[in-house]
Amino acid sequence: MSAVEQSFKNFMSWIDDRLPVTEAYEKHLAKYYAPKNLNIWYYFGIFSFVVLANQLLTGIWLTMSYVPTGEGAFASVEYIMRDVEYGWMLRYMHSTGASAFFVVVYLHMFRGLLYGSYQKPRELIWILGMLVYVALMAEGFFGYLLPWGNMSFWGAQVIVSLASAIPIVGEDLAIWVRGDFNMSGVTLNRFFALHVVLVPLFLLVLVVLHVLALHEVGSNNPDGVDIKKTTDEAGKPLDGVPFHPYFTLGKLPGIIVFLFLFCAVMFFYPDGGGYLIEHPNYEPADPLKTPELIAPVWYYTPFYSMLRAATFPLLGLDAKFWGLVVMAGAIVIPFVLPWLDKSPVKSMRYKGLASKIMLGLFVISFFILGYLGTVHPTPLRTLLAQVCTAIYFAYFLLMPWYTSVEKTKPVPERVVL
Amino acid sequence: MSDNSVNPGRRNFLLGATAAVGAGGVAGLAVPFVGSWTPSAKALAAGAPIKVDVSRLQPGEILGPIPAWRDKPIFVIRRSEEMLARLSEKPERLADPMSDREQQPVYAKNETRSIRPDIVVLVGLCTHLSCSPKYRPTIEPQTFDAEWVGGFYCPCHGSKFDLAGRVYEGVPAPSNLEVPPHFYESDNVVVIGEDEGVA
Repeated sequence: MSAVEQSFKNFMSWIDDRLPVTEAYEKHLAKYYAPKNLNIWYYFGIFSFVVLANQLLTGIWLTMSYVPTGEGAFASVEYIMRDVEYGWMLRYMHSTGASAFFVVVYLHMFRGLLYGSYQKPRELIWILGMLVYVALMAEGFFGYLLPWGNMSFWGAQVIVSLASAIPIVGEDLAIWVRGDFNMSGVTLNRFFALHVVLVPLFLLVLVVLHVLALHEVGSNNPDGVDIKKTTDEAGKPLDGVPFHPYFTLGKLPGIIVFLFLFCAVMFFYPDGGGYLIEHPNYEPADPLKTPELIAPVWYYTPFYSMLRAATFPLLGLDAKFWGLVVMAGAIVIPFVLPWLDKSPVKSMRYKGLASKIMLGLFVISFFILGYLGTVHPTPLRTLLAQVCTAIYFAYFLLMPWYTSVEKTKPVPERVVL
Repeated sequence: MSDNSVNPGRRNFLLGATAAVGAGGVAGLAVPFVGSWTPSAKALAAGAPIKVDVSRLQPGEILGPIPAWRDKPIFVIRRSEEMLARLSEKPERLADPMSDREQQPVYAKNETRSIRPDIVVLVGLCTHLSCSPKYRPTIEPQTFDAEWVGGFYCPCHGSKFDLAGRVYEGVPAPSNLEVPPHFYESDNVVVIGEDEGVA
C-alpha cells in the first residue's frame, strides 16, 4: 500500500468514527443490490433526479433576476429573456424541466402500476412517492403564477376559487389564500415564497424518505420476484448487482439520450406549441379580461377534466362542490392502491386478463381526460369526460374484485433474463 | 437513597400535561403566521368603494372600460325597454329567476336584479370558478345556445347568464352573478362597494 493510499485510509477511518460515510456509501451504492432484469421503465426514477437537480439549479439562478411583485414580475421575465446573459436559456431549462418532471414522474408511476411496485412490502415507498407527486403538483401550480401572464393569472384564479366551493368557510378561505379580495400582487408574492422555499423543502425531504424506504426493502423488478430469496453463501442476491457501478455508470447512456431529447425541446420547441408555455401568457395579467380558453398546463388537464365533468347537483350540494370532491378524490385514491390490489402476484406479466384490460382502459381514459382538459367543453365532450372519470375510479374501486377473481400465471423462482 | 421505581400514573400525567401545554403554545404561535395571510391594511384600503358615472351609458351598452372594485371587474349595463321585456320570457330556463336565494342585497331581489329597472350592476366574475364572463347582448343563435336571447357567457366552463345576471339551468355555475352593494349618490352616479347610509 502506497503512502497516499495509507493516508487516505487513515483519513476515512477518522471520518467513519465520527460520521458513517463508508457505511452509507456501501448501504446505498456499492452494496445495494438491484435486480439484473431491470428494464427501460426503471430509467425514469433516475431521470427525475436529473430533472430535480436541473430545477433546483436553474430556479436559484432565476430568482437572482426575477421580481416577485404585481408591478415588476412580467417585466422581469422579459428582462430575463432579453437582457440577462443566458437568461433565456436558464428560463427555458426551468420551464421545459417542469414539463419533463411530470413526463418522467408519470412514466415512473405507470411503471409502479405495471409491475406492482406498490405491493407489500413497498406500500410506504408508494405513499411517499404519491406525496412527492402532490408536492410536485403544488410546486408547479405556485410556479405557474410567477411569470404573471394572463394565463398565469386566470389559471390560478380558477384553482384558488375551488376553495370557495367548500360550503360555509369557502369564500373566506379563498380570501385568506389570496391575501386580497381578488388575485393580486400580494398573492403573487406569497406564491413566490411557497414556490422557492416551502414546497422545495418538503419535496427534498420526501424524496430522501422515498429513497430510504426503497433501500430498506430493495427494488422490485419486472417479474415481481424477491431477489433476496436466492442468495450465494455470502448472502448476496444471485439475481442482483451492486447499484454502483452497474446502475450509476450503466444508466449513463440512457441519461445522455434523455438529455438529448430534453435539449431538443428546450432549444427548438420551448413553448411546445402552446402546451408547455401557453400563448395567452405572453400578455401581462389582466384582472378584467379572461382569456378565451382557460386550460391548465398539460400535466393537470386530466384532473381539470374531472373537475368539469361534475355538472349536476347531488344531495343538496351544487355541482361546483362535487367537482372539487371528484378532483380531490382522483388525487387521493391512488394513495390506498397497495390495499386495493388483492392479487397474489405483483407483475402484470403474471396477472390475469382483467388486470391488463383495466390498466389499459385506465391509461386510455387518462389520456382522453388530458386532451379534453385542453379544449372547450361541449355536451358530447362532457359526456366523454364523465365516462372516462368513471373508468378512472373503476380502475381503483373495482380492483379488490377483479384482482381476486382473475386467474394468474405462476411466478418463476428467479428473475427471467 | 435512590428510588428506581416508576410511578406510571404520575408519568402519564406529566406527559399529558406537557403535551397539552405544548399544543397550546403551538396554537398560539400559529396565530401570527395564519393571521399574516389575511388581507393587509393596504389591501383593505385599496378595496374601498368606487364611484361610476352612468350618464353617457346608452341602452344596450356595458360601461367601459370595465371598472374594478376590489380588483374585480364590475359590469354596469343599461338595458333597453326591449331587453327588459325579454327578462320575463321563459323563466323556466333559469335556476333562480326571482333571485330568492340569499346572496344579494335586498334591492336586487327582483326580476331585473337592480335598483333602477334599466341599470344593473354586477360583479363580473362567474359564480363557478371566477372567470370573467363575456357580454353577448344580441339575440342570435350561438354555438353554446341555439336560442340565445342575450346575456353573459363564461368561456371557461360554459356557464350562461341572462341580461340580469341570472344563471341558466344545467350549467356549472351554481348561482346568479353577484350584485355588489351599491347605491345612487345622484341620478347618474353609482357608488359601488357599500350600501346607502353605511358610511
